[in-house]
Amino acid sequence: MADAVQIPDEAEVRARWGAFAWTEANERKAKEVLGRYPAGREQSGSIPLLDLAQRQVGEETHTQGWLPVPVIEFVARYIGVPYMRVYEVATFYTMFNLAPVGRYHVQVCGTTPCMLRGSDDVFAACKNKGLIKGKTTPDGLFTLTEVECMGNCASAPMVQINDDNFEDLDYDRTIAILDALERGETPKPGTQEPGRHTVEPVGGPTTLTAMVSENHDYRGEWGSAPAVEGAGA
Amino acid sequence: MSLSDKDRIFTNVYGYQSWRLDAARVRGDWDNTKALLDLGQDKIIDVIKASGLRGRGGAGFPTGMKWSFMPKAPSPERPSFLVINADESEPGSCKDREIIRHDPHKLIEGALVAGFAMRARAAYIYIRGEYIREAETLFAAVAEAYEAGLVGKNACGSGYDFDVFVHRGAGAYICGEETAMLESLEGKKGQPRLKPPFPAGAGLYGCPTTVNNVESIAVAPTILRRGAEWFSSFGAENNRGTKLFQISGHVNKPCVVEEAMSIPFRELIEKHCGGIRGGWDNLLAVIPGGSSVPLVPASQIIDAPMDFDGLKAVGSGLGTAAVIVMDKSTDVVRAISRLSYFYKHESCGQCTPCREGTGWMWRVMERLRTGDAEIGEIDMLQQVTKQVEGHSICALGDAAAWPIQGLIRHFRPELERRIRERGGDLAPMQEAAE
Repeated sequence: MADAVQIPDEAEVRARWGAFAWTEANERKAKEVLGRYPAGREQSGSIPLLDLAQRQVGEETHTQGWLPVPVIEFVARYIGVPYMRVYEVATFYTMFNLAPVGRYHVQVCGTTPCMLRGSDDVFAACKNKGLIKGKTTPDGLFTLTEVECMGNCASAPMVQINDDNFEDLDYDRTIAILDALERGETPKPGTQEPGRHTVEPVGGPTTLTAMVSENHDYRGEWGSAPAVEGAGA
Repeated sequence: MSLSDKDRIFTNVYGYQSWRLDAARVRGDWDNTKALLDLGQDKIIDVIKASGLRGRGGAGFPTGMKWSFMPKAPSPERPSFLVINADESEPGSCKDREIIRHDPHKLIEGALVAGFAMRARAAYIYIRGEYIREAETLFAAVAEAYEAGLVGKNACGSGYDFDVFVHRGAGAYICGEETAMLESLEGKKGQPRLKPPFPAGAGLYGCPTTVNNVESIAVAPTILRRGAEWFSSFGAENNRGTKLFQISGHVNKPCVVEEAMSIPFRELIEKHCGGIRGGWDNLLAVIPGGSSVPLVPASQIIDAPMDFDGLKAVGSGLGTAAVIVMDKSTDVVRAISRLSYFYKHESCGQCTPCREGTGWMWRVMERLRTGDAEIGEIDMLQQVTKQVEGHSICALGDAAAWPIQGLIRHFRPELERRIRERGGDLAPMQEAAE
């Protein structure tokens, strides 16, 4: 594939990551992950464990993290399956980075619902901040990737930066978020539309308005007797 | 008549209140769930069947019937599983995210009720990897449910042992296909399996498995509490119930909202979305059910009922009820071409017609976008979509073909206009003869 990433130099990577092992905290998490699957089905843990490994690499390199080959080998050994079975998983799923990324992985959604709401402006903002698709900025701060639908369509356009989503963006809001990250701040995740809570219509919900101010229990208004005796009591 | 708040199932869909167990209980979740289980497996399935609930993940298969396919007496060495599809990746769809991050206990209670009804030993909730914060909420909610004895050994004091596990994906649209999801759950690449055997016969780890959408599962406890008749009082015949609609694109106020099935398109948009941007005369076309269904031009959609049959009648489908609205400022060819790119990106690469076809179709779409093509290529593209459609293991090939077919069906003059403006309607032979 022409757009496949360039896997970094083998010898260098092996020297750096050959001795990869779980940290104490992650060892516990890894055991917890394997506890979710029946005995003998450890392979089921390949995706969660690759994610855990990528996060550990991220902590050690102060980036979002990536998966050097020796780390993938480690995960394969850990769950007792051939390396290739785990390697093909790492290359199949888009959330695994096969090459180093920056401190912040800026993943802008460009699929049609976001496109209709102005993701072009989000890309323009990224470009004017010096971010280039598929590349990391020279200061190692930002990597820009165009991703496919992230499921935030009612608050589009959006960007996912590491673990947080920023929604209802436009050019200026995107610049503001990138600026804040540059200054080392933590911008507020979620919708950037002033006054909007989550995915209700802007200006306030048209339904369920009682829920805004109190944890309303609608059962008192159900009227007719519940279908299951005792279940509605 | 429109749906009133008391008949809405997802009362915390906007997250104004806490998702935690104590708050969910105040709203009515986990209220004497044991009484629901005491109905017995067959009765639960009967109620769900009678409610007319059809799968909310896109295909619209009757949920109660799906549950009834599971073995009546699973053996301990070959237990049954419920897999809940939270791999919401269809462009336009954003409802499961709201359920998971704002009302997760509806889903977990539904998992227990549905799992019990199909005699499953455990449920796996497969949540897409990109829903990072949502998964954190779901993990915490499941932990709360275990802590309170609602799931796990002797769930809700019913004497039934039932586990709920959360499994995160890692970014692959195709894992929303049920057999690809099972492959992914087994730790492999998400490539769909050939059917038969169907998952109800041999699914996860070779055991009987049912895969259901988040919304289908999460509405089950409320249906049991309020009765099949209540649920089936909404929507047209064969399209019963309430539904989370997700409206995106060129409306004044995009949102997620629960409404009765069969609500007319105009009413849905007027009531909740503040109308079309620039007024109704500015409406160009609508993709009514997520990216996989063909678009519908303005004149046909405006009065169409938003349900399975109503949208089928206008040559499209309800899908996940992800309504993508496009006004007249839209470059409609680019909008569809971007979807073609999406399918090219997400094709798993297993079947040749889809792997090669999605890339081929996208490249031609890009040329049609700029008009750098010949008129005859529109027909060629139409033919190729027919060769991709129906010739792959799963429906991704179909899903890639349908939006293009819809575009050609309704916007052929626009495609031809672009070609003519670039002079592409001149046959190359004529130029050579001069």
